[in-house]
Amino acid sequence: MSAYLRDRILPVLTVIAAILVLWHVAVVYLNAPFVRDQAARAGETITLSQLVERTFAQERPVLPAPHQIVAELWDTTVNKAVTSKRSLVYHAWITLSATLAGFAMGTVLGIALAIGIVHSRAMDRSLMPWVIASQTIPILAIAPMIIVVLNSVGISGLMPKALISTYLSFFPIVVGMVKGLRSPEVLLIDLMHTYHASQAQTFWKLRWPASMPYLFTSLKVAIAISLVGAIVGELPTGAVAGLGARLLSGSYYGQTIQIWAALFMAAGLAAVLVSIVGFAHQRVLKRMGVKP
Amino acid sequence: MNPSPLSVVSAKNLGLTFETNDGPVHALSNVDLEINKGDFVSFIGPSGCGKTTFLRVIADLEKHTAGSITVNGMTPEEARKNRSYGYVFQAAALYPWRSIEKNIALPLEIMGYAKSEQDKRVAAMLDLVNLSGFGKKYPWQLSGGMQQRASIARALAFDADLLLMDEPFGALDEIVRDHLNEQLLKLWAATKKTICFVTHSIPEAVYLSTKIVVMSPRPGRVTDIITSTLPKERPLDIRETPEFLEIAHRVRQGLKAGHSYDE
Repeated sequence: MSAYLRDRILPVLTVIAAILVLWHVAVVYLNAPFVRDQAARAGETITLSQLVERTFAQERPVLPAPHQIVAELWDTTVNKAVTSKRSLVYHAWITLSATLAGFAMGTVLGIALAIGIVHSRAMDRSLMPWVIASQTIPILAIAPMIIVVLNSVGISGLMPKALISTYLSFFPIVVGMVKGLRSPEVLLIDLMHTYHASQAQTFWKLRWPASMPYLFTSLKVAIAISLVGAIVGELPTGAVAGLGARLLSGSYYGQTIQIWAALFMAAGLAAVLVSIVGFAHQRVLKRMGVKP
Repeated sequence: MNPSPLSVVSAKNLGLTFETNDGPVHALSNVDLEINKGDFVSFIGPSGCGKTTFLRVIADLEKHTAGSITVNGMTPEEARKNRSYGYVFQAAALYPWRSIEKNIALPLEIMGYAKSEQDKRVAAMLDLVNLSGFGKKYPWQLSGGMQQRASIARALAFDADLLLMDEPFGALDEIVRDHLNEQLLKLWAATKKTICFVTHSIPEAVYLSTKIVVMSPRPGRVTDIITSTLPKERPLDIRETPEFLEIAHRVRQGLKAGHSYDE
């Protein structure tokens, strides 16, 4: 236990402590000009300790202090009903549902494309360049167009955002699964050949299980960028609901604390999602009898 | 061509040429060979002599480009589709995510054996290769020799009469190898299979075989076929008898004749 504490907890705590120290220094440095300005306008002269104190308590700071963000997070999650539009949980759920829908579609699409690419030379040649090209288009540029186009055909709400998530998340799945499905050694493929195994048998008994480690690595990347996709998808919709909307309205009204709270919520959500995939990864590998 | 009923593998003028960027490579040329039911045939020769290629042609993992070959009186492709042979590779090639019994059951699953039949055969095979009690283990939990025994069990599970073994003990140490050789002979006597066995080792070839095929490279060809005069019953210390050394000497001569080491 003490070894666990020393090897796992202590390094993390050290980094967090270092970040907090730097953050507080930055808060004072970045907010000081405004505080001085305010004081000058009010005709006060303030001491250094007063200056520092005020930089930590700004209503619209350039950089909020950590405790302000924590207070805002607490206020908007615990103190508000989850159905309220002022609840961060409500907004997080809006974003999360689009994320999960997009992630699911991206996973299915990615696996389907990978299976096609691995089994058909024509698909390998014709599809793979497009798959790669699709990711060179900046998502910020294409997201508003997807929203507008889908809106014009009457699709709005969750679907357009989920599709942007799909657009981002299918890519790591395709790349990972193509590699994974091709990962069995020639020897193992030859073995299936000597049994006169069908293509479907070779797939289900060899290629699919062999691709599992690759799948989960891809899923971890995919779920994180699904969240990014959903948030990006919320930005051009005119900020109705979701973490993206919170970011956008926060920046309209200079509510930096709200922006940071939404950012932390998004980061926390991503961490939880990636951990869940990581946990599933471990469970599956354990069930497959992989050497611990 | 009309192979005798005893013939398991019959090759006539067999040739295989790979087209590479540096021109054609003659992996096999003019190979004539008869392998009869119940034979234990070793293929020995330096790297590049085509011994593995010949085994792969029998298994329909490579296509020959000249001459003809029959396996059980059929083309290699038909024989493969009939599941006529079991193949043991140099590496155990066990599926890491399957337990040992699941690995042995793999060909049975593919060939559509009933679950009860699978279980029965897996138990019998584990017993045959002395791995009873290890069925639930995963490959990484077993030593190299045990893994290779499991892979032999897998190749035997579906009753193919022909066992093709490509340097199956090449990666194992001498002591384990001796032990496995002894076990393999017992297994061969018990199952009455026909075995084709590729090896680098002269003592191994002489100890195991009823027929030794000496091969040499560039082009890959058969330089000598030696029929063993050793008795069927072979304890390990038969390797010190004059008869054994005589055959080993002849194999060595064959290898020397076919291959200039001054190249």
